[in-house]
Amino acid sequence: MSSVRKLLQVKELRKEYVSGNPVLKGVDFSIEEAGLVAIIGPSGTGKSTLLRCINRLIDSTEGQIIVNDVDICQTKGRSLRKLRRQLAMVFQEYNLVERLSVMENVLSGRLGYMSTWQAWRRNYTQQDINSAYELLGSVGLAEHATKRADSLSGGQRQRVGIARAVMQNPSIILADEPTSSLDPKTAVEIMELLEKFSLEKNIPVLINMHDVNLAKRFAKRIIGMSNGYVIYDGQPKGITDDHLKEIYGGESWLD
Amino acid sequence: MAGLNSIVEGHKKNPFKRSRWNIGLWILVVTYLVYSIGSLGLNAERFLSGIGHASILLDRMFPPNFERWELLLSGLVESLEIAMISSVSGIFLSLFIGILAARNLMPPWVSVPIRGFVALCRSFHPVIIAILFVKSVGFGALAGILTLIIASIGFIAKLFAEAIEEISFKQVEAIRATGANFSSVVIYAVMPQVFSRFIGFATYQFDSNLRNSTMVGIVGAGGLGGTLFSAFQRFDYDFVAAILITIISLILVWEFLSTLVRRVF
Amino acid sequence: MATIDYHWQRFSFGKKLARFSVYLFFITGFLFSIRSVEVIPEFLYDAPEQIMDLLSRMWPIDYAFYPLTVHEAIIETLNIATLGTLVTLIFAIPLALMNASNVVSSPLIHWISRFFLVSSRSVNSLVWALLFVAMFGPGMLAGVLAIAFRSIGFVGKLLGEALEEVNMGSVEALRATGAPWGAVMLKGYCPQVMPAFFSIVLFRWDINVRESAVLGLVGAGGIGVVLNDSMNLFQWQEVAMSLLAIFTVVVLAEILVINIRNRLI
Repeated sequence: MSSVRKLLQVKELRKEYVSGNPVLKGVDFSIEEAGLVAIIGPSGTGKSTLLRCINRLIDSTEGQIIVNDVDICQTKGRSLRKLRRQLAMVFQEYNLVERLSVMENVLSGRLGYMSTWQAWRRNYTQQDINSAYELLGSVGLAEHATKRADSLSGGQRQRVGIARAVMQNPSIILADEPTSSLDPKTAVEIMELLEKFSLEKNIPVLINMHDVNLAKRFAKRIIGMSNGYVIYDGQPKGITDDHLKEIYGGESWLD
Repeated sequence: MAGLNSIVEGHKKNPFKRSRWNIGLWILVVTYLVYSIGSLGLNAERFLSGIGHASILLDRMFPPNFERWELLLSGLVESLEIAMISSVSGIFLSLFIGILAARNLMPPWVSVPIRGFVALCRSFHPVIIAILFVKSVGFGALAGILTLIIASIGFIAKLFAEAIEEISFKQVEAIRATGANFSSVVIYAVMPQVFSRFIGFATYQFDSNLRNSTMVGIVGAGGLGGTLFSAFQRFDYDFVAAILITIISLILVWEFLSTLVRRVF
Repeated sequence: MATIDYHWQRFSFGKKLARFSVYLFFITGFLFSIRSVEVIPEFLYDAPEQIMDLLSRMWPIDYAFYPLTVHEAIIETLNIATLGTLVTLIFAIPLALMNASNVVSSPLIHWISRFFLVSSRSVNSLVWALLFVAMFGPGMLAGVLAIAFRSIGFVGKLLGEALEEVNMGSVEALRATGAPWGAVMLKGYCPQVMPAFFSIVLFRWDINVRESAVLGLVGAGGIGVVLNDSMNLFQWQEVAMSLLAIFTVVVLAEILVINIRNRLI
């Protein structure tokens, strides 16, 4: 029994949207160290559901999800929100508040730490503002700070999304297909950014992805899912064509 | 060659033939006109004497008489006060009621009764609501204010709730994921998407309240309408003309101002 | 290494000032109005109780009252609304044509048509009703004219805007064939404006049904007359019956309009 502290532990997670038809049938894994963890699997296998269960944007049907020693499935209200602050999310379609400026989007990462009144009056601390500017600098968007979010390109928007996530000072970053809407070059840039923050802040980053090669290139660990279960959990170099066939089915897409 | 001929034959049918729908509609309209004009009890004699009265009336309306301008002014001021108080209160309340009525933000046991309430507010003409308030809280501005608050809620809250239901939920999801509480999510993710439309509804309603505030007085709910009604009853038609001119000018001035407000927001 | 303190503000100074002044205007207006409006505080506190008292007097609703007077009156109300809407078209269509910049280009004609359209809108239908009752005497005629004159501004303005959005391509093509003006109107503009036309007329008819119900309060016919009489006699259960009838008719009218919209447009 390892005595290493588990940052995230998922135990026997089940999720049914329609009764009798579970999307997640019993998922088990745990995260103990920093670094990129790629979750791969075909569409509809529950990767998005899994991630959203972890920060409880979706309620699971059964199972436990233990974040920093607390089972998030059992918490409510203020304690739930406190846990959520530590689980930052990056979305496939960036999910920025389009009519607000880039700065406000980044600063929105702090909303979990602020009261309603402060949020309404936009009373950010000087420290928050400094961190926000520095973050924008490190993702290369410093000169876009006051522009409206919808005036940015896709890749730029995703960088703002990542800055927002890091702004939360999270203990884990959850990224739901962050590169699927981007061209290959931008996708690599985003992966590099996620890797950089993972190292800098010493936190794990869970990434859902479609692109197996990209996963193999950047991830320290790969979790392969199929049919609601975890089929493979280990090092990228250990993943063989047989594994991939089992996960995705069919052969013609393998090169 | 034979095939071509048969195609031409097919096209010989008149492409401009009137559809049956069209003819049916015209017949319906004409029949209705005949029936309803008949029920007016209109005949040439009555109509002509009406025209006679009309010309006498118009004659007495001009030139407009502003002699009793103090009365006019106090009525105008009261109308403005009614419009101002009811609009600010109504807009403020509608902001919250609209959010409570949005089905994508609230559970059904909240949104359904609130929507029902808003629908009730819309159902009746402001004048009817004004009468009911006059009968219960007495003559004067209070009845007018309460009436227009109800009318404002019926309009703004409904459209606002519909606007909220059309927003992109992705932005809401992202702000929820940061651990923000419900109100912060509304402020940060919902409001930026709908606020400019809310302002549009609010200015439209202010405009509507301004017009209505000059009218609810006719049933005793305060404002310029009361002055107008008593002028009519006393046959002071030149004073009536003065009041009408005031009302129209007021509306025009406000229309100008509201375009400015919308530009600021 | 020294840390730099960055500066960030949500709005530029100019914008902040503008927003602040708008808020200031409305808040001071509101407070000023509260202080100077003549409202007796006791009446305000008493209000909820009084309203409940009035509502309790309306129950149970006097259904027997319906066949006696309400039925006929409500039919008359519907006639006022429909006939009024039809009569409006006589004036609104020419005014809309005069107001559309792609039909008529003379600025003078635009000004004249705009004047009529705006004045028609600024005067409430209830006030129009007062005028027409003074001219033609109480009854349905005054009501029809009141509805018609008020709707001219509404229909004319929206129809003018719809005309301006017509795709000029087909119109130009027709003109190029040397077609007379009437034909260009009928075959060029008409088909394109038809959906908008029906939509506008239906919308206005719906509003007019509501408006017609209250015109009787000043004597212009319809259920308003019945309502007024019952209220003056303090027969609240009859009042409730009339209100129920109005409510039902308004709801039915809305359902009708929604169905026609879905089918034709």
